[in-house]
Amino acid sequence: MAEEAHGAKHGPLDQFEIDRILPLDVFGIDASFTNSALWMVIVVATVTLFLSLSMSGRAVVPGRWQSLAEAAYDLIASAVRDNVGTEGRAYFPLVFTLFMFILFANFLGLIPFSFTVTSHIIVTFAMAGFIFVGVTVLGIARHRLKFFTLFAPPGVPIYLVPLLVPIEIIGYLTRPISLSVRLAANMLAGHTMLEVFAGFVVTMGAANIIFGIAPFAAVIAIYALEVIVAFLQAYVFAVLTCLYLSDAIHLHQH
Amino acid sequence: MENETYEAAKLIGAGLATIGVAGAGVGIGTIFGHYVSAGIRNPAAAPKMFGNVLLGFALTEAIAIYALVLAFLILFS
Repeated sequence: MAEEAHGAKHGPLDQFEIDRILPLDVFGIDASFTNSALWMVIVVATVTLFLSLSMSGRAVVPGRWQSLAEAAYDLIASAVRDNVGTEGRAYFPLVFTLFMFILFANFLGLIPFSFTVTSHIIVTFAMAGFIFVGVTVLGIARHRLKFFTLFAPPGVPIYLVPLLVPIEIIGYLTRPISLSVRLAANMLAGHTMLEVFAGFVVTMGAANIIFGIAPFAAVIAIYALEVIVAFLQAYVFAVLTCLYLSDAIHLHQH
Repeated sequence: MENETYEAAKLIGAGLATIGVAGAGVGIGTIFGHYVSAGIRNPAAAPKMFGNVLLGFALTEAIAIYALVLAFLILFS
């Protein structure tokens, strides 16, 4: 891993390698400070600086930076309000933190030669796993055993119930998997495509500069797509968290 | 000998796994087609529904991504 730090990358998947910057061993567990951890620190620092500095003016008529911060706040506040309802206000900090972390992690991963924190399934699965466990515990704490009526939608004919309930349970249990894989695989696929097309620029451009223009245009187009996908995946993660919260809080009352 | 058949089988498996993205293409086209068609009928309601369109698009795109991940899994492990 260290020997290819100075050389050329050997494949499109090399950008996702984890390097230990500061090896640490805590009671036999490898808790070293990796490049993934470094970029997570950078993401959190950037989010904190962005939000605190842009709101420091507290102007009634927002300037440019404050408008951005207020736009992000309002987007998630309206998502929580529309999907969870008024009881969702208690969970707004969770959803907003998730959204800002994933959004900035995705965006900072688009900087050339950086590392995309959310492209590793273990990172997104940690978040999705916590959300799943938290939402389930919340639902059971709130509704006790009636929580399990979530798996039996009202208005279903009695003969379909033995078929429908296992399907609903399986669908519910795959939520953390789908939530985490959606984000990680989108980031992985996007960045891999970028590196593959960038490789084409080099190989096709070596023959003749003219041949290198088409893959270069493709790289620009894919980069624009990746910016959109970065925002969209963060928004979808936040909205799905709101939907799962609303499922747990109001079981089937829409 | 066996190693070559194994490698060839992995390549064929990865190629077959990418057939799954066709379904996602149909799904995404359906979402936006319906949105455009409904937006022309009722232009005032179109901006309100755009959030749901993006959500539906991302969920459908996720299925294509699952097919891609399976292809990578078959190919590289």
